[in-house]
Amino acid sequence: MPSDRQKKIRNFCIIAHIDHGKSTLADRLIEKTGTLTQREMEDQVLDTMELEKERGITIKAQAIRLVHTTEGGEEYILNLIDTPGHVDFNYEVSRSLAACEGALLVVDATQGIQAQTLANCYLALEHDLEIIPVINKIDLPSARPDEIKKEIEDVIGLDCSDAPLISAKVGLGIDDVLKAIVEKIPCPEGDEDAPLRALIFDSYYDSYKGVICYIRVKEGTIKKGMKIKLMASKKEYEVTEVGIFRPQYMEVPELKAGDVGYVCASIKNVRDARVGDTITEAEREAKEPLPGYRPAIPMVFSGFYPTDSAKYEELKEALEKLQLNDAALIFEPETSVALGFGFRCGFLGLLHMEIVQERLEREYNLDIVTTAPSVIYRITKTDGEVIELTNPTNMPSPTEIEFMEEPYVKATIITPSEYVGAVMDLCQNKRGIFKNMEYIETTRVMLHYEMPLNEIIYDFFDALKSRTKGYASLDYELIGYKESDLVKLDILLNGDPVDALSQIVPKERAYQRGRAICEKLKEIIPRQLFEIPIQAAIGSKIIARETVKALRKDVLAKCYGGDITRKKKLLEKQKEGKKRMKQIGTVEVPQEAFMAVLKVE
Amino acid sequence: MERALYIHIPFCVRKCLYCDFYSISDLSLQDDYIDALISEIKRIEDKKLKSIFIGGGTPTVLSKNSLEKLLRSLSKFQFTEFTVEANPGTLEKEKLIVLKEYGVNRLSIGLQAVQDKILKSLGRIHTFSDFLENYEMARKIGFNNINVDLMFDIPGQGMDDWKETLEKIAEIKPEHLSCYSLIIEEGTPFYELYNMGQLNIADENIDREMYHYSVNFLKSKGFVHYEISNFALPGYECIHNLTYWNEEEYYGVGASAHSFIDKFRYYNVDDVKKYIYLVYNDESKREKIFISKKDEMSEFILLGLRKIKGVSKEVFKKRFSDDVYNVFGQEISKLIEQGLLMDDGKNIFLTNRGLDIANQVFMRFI
Repeated sequence: MPSDRQKKIRNFCIIAHIDHGKSTLADRLIEKTGTLTQREMEDQVLDTMELEKERGITIKAQAIRLVHTTEGGEEYILNLIDTPGHVDFNYEVSRSLAACEGALLVVDATQGIQAQTLANCYLALEHDLEIIPVINKIDLPSARPDEIKKEIEDVIGLDCSDAPLISAKVGLGIDDVLKAIVEKIPCPEGDEDAPLRALIFDSYYDSYKGVICYIRVKEGTIKKGMKIKLMASKKEYEVTEVGIFRPQYMEVPELKAGDVGYVCASIKNVRDARVGDTITEAEREAKEPLPGYRPAIPMVFSGFYPTDSAKYEELKEALEKLQLNDAALIFEPETSVALGFGFRCGFLGLLHMEIVQERLEREYNLDIVTTAPSVIYRITKTDGEVIELTNPTNMPSPTEIEFMEEPYVKATIITPSEYVGAVMDLCQNKRGIFKNMEYIETTRVMLHYEMPLNEIIYDFFDALKSRTKGYASLDYELIGYKESDLVKLDILLNGDPVDALSQIVPKERAYQRGRAICEKLKEIIPRQLFEIPIQAAIGSKIIARETVKALRKDVLAKCYGGDITRKKKLLEKQKEGKKRMKQIGTVEVPQEAFMAVLKVE
Repeated sequence: MERALYIHIPFCVRKCLYCDFYSISDLSLQDDYIDALISEIKRIEDKKLKSIFIGGGTPTVLSKNSLEKLLRSLSKFQFTEFTVEANPGTLEKEKLIVLKEYGVNRLSIGLQAVQDKILKSLGRIHTFSDFLENYEMARKIGFNNINVDLMFDIPGQGMDDWKETLEKIAEIKPEHLSCYSLIIEEGTPFYELYNMGQLNIADENIDREMYHYSVNFLKSKGFVHYEISNFALPGYECIHNLTYWNEEEYYGVGASAHSFIDKFRYYNVDDVKKYIYLVYNDESKREKIFISKKDEMSEFILLGLRKIKGVSKEVFKKRFSDDVYNVFGQEISKLIEQGLLMDDGKNIFLTNRGLDIANQVFMRFI
């Protein structure tokens, strides 16, 4: 039975497809409950990272405690947990959901259900959350709330009869949302006196406080001075502070079953307090941890090299610092003949990788060359040994390989029906295996495919968007490994193989791929003092060739008294561009070449 | 050492489509502008100059009165060479006589091409016969040092057109020729057209063929190739422009002109009205930057290498009290190895290949 205290608490999150208005609704709720003054409000309050605001996405989970007074004068504590929306961070989303009793499902009244709406919604249903559908953007002329309501009822099976119709942007219907939260979402339960069990749904590193764990207390009580134990990492600490989010950290004496807040305990590394781990009391350990913990598993690997090889140590330090706050990022030193010393890094997905790369460049001012991302291939050798391959360079010779397997995903694509042909064509090109197709409504179709992860990680989403005028949406999850006929494709510049450009490709696509890569590199590599042959090879067999012709003319015809400064600036700019290139043997290769090899059609 | 003096006349009848020099076609400000120039010229204390060069824009677009007023203010200087730039179509007999009277001893005429169709496509205001008329007149009046500006790799210009241009010009025997490969400069109509893909520029191979042809052809006609784009009969190399390429000092007077005096480079504002205002009101607002020894050495090399005979190792040593190999040894050796530079013991200079891709060489010295 919930206590009287618990009866006044609601823990919820907002789930939505990107751009359906999740962050805007969060802002309105914060504003309406007076949690922040008008002056403190800035758009997307909960997205604090510069990158998050710029891209309009949420990368890290955030939480905020709202105090809402109902018309009847009763005060409720509403803990809003903002979750990341991207498929790369699915596991993080699932942990955030596990911290709640209910979820607002925000659906754009002009666009309807999208792949991520569905994926997150099913995730929420799996966690037994009470889902409140909210129809947003009803102020837009193209809004069709009734149809969308019907769609939600048909596809997901949620009752939409009293779903709030709102416009988060103009602040319409926000009271209805607050009312629904209080009335429909169940209050938390859990024995306040039982042995402590608190779920970590995110953790941050702070240079003063150490790791700050964002927690939902499921059972028991946590307070300052208490000896705690993390059940997965088995480490013990003493609590130095507990508090709540207003949204800035505010210390409180204790957090009890049902509460959302944070705890600090001089933890040095986010690795020791991973998302999903359970905090219990060291003296009075809970019998079992909370369900659902798994360590983050990187799925995508890429080599990160400093453009200027003298910056190796700096890159290492920067990666270490990022890792303090990113338990999913892994890296180990690696050497490339072409690129020198660098790191093989593992990521949750492409977005995660791009974020790390951008942060290294922006926050640490490093110029990075990244090699084409790769998945983990599983190779069974003729001697029975099974190896996991994250770097194409290390692929054993074909005679030593019994067979190879690659990871597959189940992909769900929702598209307007007029683009079905184009989408199917794309999936076919990406080695997709068609599973089934269903109509969500007469004009929209949901397609299910099984596809190699390798085909999805790079430009699949962009290609999907461009073929459907941006209307299609995508979600996918890993389903395991399948055997594939794969070969290593090498690229030679000026006769020398460039290990960093090697990649693993399906055998039947190797010729086509080799040709396309050579053509692409010819576009990207600027003309230099001498002619540069570009070749693609499988083993010792050359399968494609292009040539970058030698530079014929590069001279400023005029330079007089008034020109000198400007002409010097032009030369400086030219030199700067040269500096950003990586010298491989005698050839200067622009950074983007290493990624571009994956972008070819 | 004597200095050079450059005077900028930022007026044109009409701006050519490829030109990125500062100029305007509103001539109403010319009187005030000339007064401002004169006031700036008065501040120059040197008595003896190496050279004077009035460039533009189109200096000969000025009225005879304005021109005379300006020339009068220059008569206080002694000089060796005095050049005025002129465009066909603005070079009347009376103006030529005035120029001659005030000691102008060199003319630089912008022709570009001998085909009227090409001239039109460049936005030039004159025909080839306008040029010939002016040229004859100048000779008659006694100008015995004339430069003609030509241009190659113009959209629509074929190799035959270029050969024809060179041949027709060689026939009339100017003392000096500048042959520029068209540069598509930012901020010009050509730049816009080029970006829209509407400018049909020949490929680099043809550009180089034209260039190499000019070098060989003009050499056979007795010209000395002495700078990347410049040719002269022996003894007629342009003293004024060599000042720049030797990284020597010069005054620059007028809107958008630059000076290089006592280790500072000065920039006049490139706006006629602002220029006039600043001349009378706040000289200190003139932008200037200090040229450190390092900058100066680097400029000495990258300007000096524009000359076909290159930079003299001895002059470098005298000027900077350091051996050029001490400062740039690594760069020079590498470039020699790559076949872009040569060292004959006295001078370091661009090879033929180096001339084609000189920016790749210059870059290393920045």
